[in-house]
Amino acid sequence: MSFPAVLRSEWTKIRTVASTVWTLAAAAVVTVGMSALLCVFLNSQFENMPKEQQLAFDPTASSFAGMSLGQAAVIVFGVLVVGTEYSTGMIRTSLAAVPRRGSFLAGKLLVATALALAVGLVTSFVSFFTGQALLGEHSIGIGEPNVLRAVFGAGLYMAVIALFAMGLTMVLRSSMLALGILLPFVFLLSPILGSVDATQKVAYFFPNVAGSRIMQTVPAVLDGSEPPYGPWGGFGIMAAWAALAVVAGYAVLRKRDA
Amino acid sequence: MIEAVGLTKRFGAKTAVDQLSFQVRPGHVTGFLGPNGSGKSTTMRMILGLDQPTSGQVTINGRPFRELGNAQRNVGALLDAKAVHGGRRARTHLLSIAQLSGIPEKRVDEVLAVVGLQDVARRRTKGFSLGMGQRLGIATALLGDPRVLLFDEPVNGLDPEGILWVRNLMRQLASEGRTVFVSSHLMSEMALTADHLIVIGRGRLLADMGTQEFIAHNSAGFARVRAAGNDQDGRKALAAALTAAGGRVLQEPDGALRVTGLELPHISDLAHGVGVRLWELSPHRASLEEAYMRMTQSSVEYTSTEDPRAELWEPDPLALPAWEDGAAAPEVPQDGFFAPPPPGAGGKPFLMPGSAAELAGTAGTAPNNPEDTR
Repeated sequence: MSFPAVLRSEWTKIRTVASTVWTLAAAAVVTVGMSALLCVFLNSQFENMPKEQQLAFDPTASSFAGMSLGQAAVIVFGVLVVGTEYSTGMIRTSLAAVPRRGSFLAGKLLVATALALAVGLVTSFVSFFTGQALLGEHSIGIGEPNVLRAVFGAGLYMAVIALFAMGLTMVLRSSMLALGILLPFVFLLSPILGSVDATQKVAYFFPNVAGSRIMQTVPAVLDGSEPPYGPWGGFGIMAAWAALAVVAGYAVLRKRDA
Repeated sequence: MIEAVGLTKRFGAKTAVDQLSFQVRPGHVTGFLGPNGSGKSTTMRMILGLDQPTSGQVTINGRPFRELGNAQRNVGALLDAKAVHGGRRARTHLLSIAQLSGIPEKRVDEVLAVVGLQDVARRRTKGFSLGMGQRLGIATALLGDPRVLLFDEPVNGLDPEGILWVRNLMRQLASEGRTVFVSSHLMSEMALTADHLIVIGRGRLLADMGTQEFIAHNSAGFARVRAAGNDQDGRKALAAALTAAGGRVLQEPDGALRVTGLELPHISDLAHGVGVRLWELSPHRASLEEAYMRMTQSSVEYTSTEDPRAELWEPDPLALPAWEDGAAAPEVPQDGFFAPPPPGAGGKPFLMPGSAAELAGTAGTAPNNPEDTR
């Protein structure tokens, strides 16, 4: 059984369930919509902001602000791609058809991550240009230093957060369990830890916190809370988390009975 | 060819499959029988590499499943009719599996037509009935035109027409020289479908033999002999003659004799010898169901306080008050004897099949084979 065949099969599987369309569409719409709203608000309130905030204003990152919410849909996408195999019992049919479990896992993750990357890139570019159009005189061009990196980075962020979710679901073998851990982690734990001085340094190394550094073009120097890594360093930390989750997921898939 | 050698699977302290060794040969339908929880599905899953054996191994054509190159072309399996993503349409579900082995799209439509799902090919599978799910599962198994086929309870949820179709399909696949391994607990169905049986109970191998042989070995085929007019002296004389000839004679409440160990012509000769006219001399063959019950009664895993097998068993007609003159022949033991009932309540001396199961049991065999009236 050739690997391209596994890829073709996984592509058929992923494009023929409604949840793929809904989750990815939600991710794009929520990200672009929320970012646009925030940009309109920032543009109108810019003069009322404190001086420091005006100086540290990051128009690029502002146009991705909606991604903090949109990533929830990406996480749900990743969890469902893997989790529905287990919840429906499809995993047994899949593994009876692909005896080599490594091929099965690699094929599934590759197809789903590539799809998340494609949707992520489209979303990040649309979100960026929409946001800049709405920011008016405070906007920034895509040719400015670091801006293109941030736009690509936003797309990559979506792909890697999806991969992380898939790996974790592979370990837990349950959509409910995976969502029950991932969503509170991203929306409760990391903001709470990140806002307390004592624990902020821990939160810096969470995948979503570290990874989102790549979307910023202006370092947050003013409040002295600059994380100990650069944009790509942060992205690397996030990728390491995803890699860890995938390796653990593979170990579970190999070892455990389906 | 499927070959299991010392196959063992433990879940914690519980041994689901225990030192199971068997071969499933091509060209036959091999039935896999066992009570619920006896390890049938676990064994099937180990054959397909879904569960790792604790020890021992199972190979398909000499190789473990996980090492088979093009699995779909070698092995087709129906494990669980509901093991599909309900949000996917029937056709795309099959297509995704076909693409794994480079099976052309045309074949997908072909197998959909074979199993009769062509009209619902574009419907999402969550709306499928259990029977439709079984058909989809069978379609999945057939996709790669494999030489080895495994079916776990394929007739669950099928209507009579569907059951007949599955039966013919199995036999046809086997006649094409394929290896067909079917698990079921529908005994009467197995009696009609399988040529060979592998019976397990509590994870252990209980029998591995031909279906006819299994019935012959594990059930009490007997001859029922009724002396004319239920005449007591004649009966006593006959019983003595039969016992003297080496037969084992038990007495039924209505006065008939139940004879094992003698062939019908021989019984007739002996009756003639002692001058007893007979009103009945009939062969009784046990069904596969009885043979199975008899063999697995000690290895049933889950028993309810109300005996769950009661509905499968014939009501024991011999539990009626004993016939007053019990001296001539010993009473039929009433403990654990699951033979078919004697003729109808009115004591009419003609043969009626005691149950549908008995009918099925004899329909698949050469009827009235005197060898089986041991």
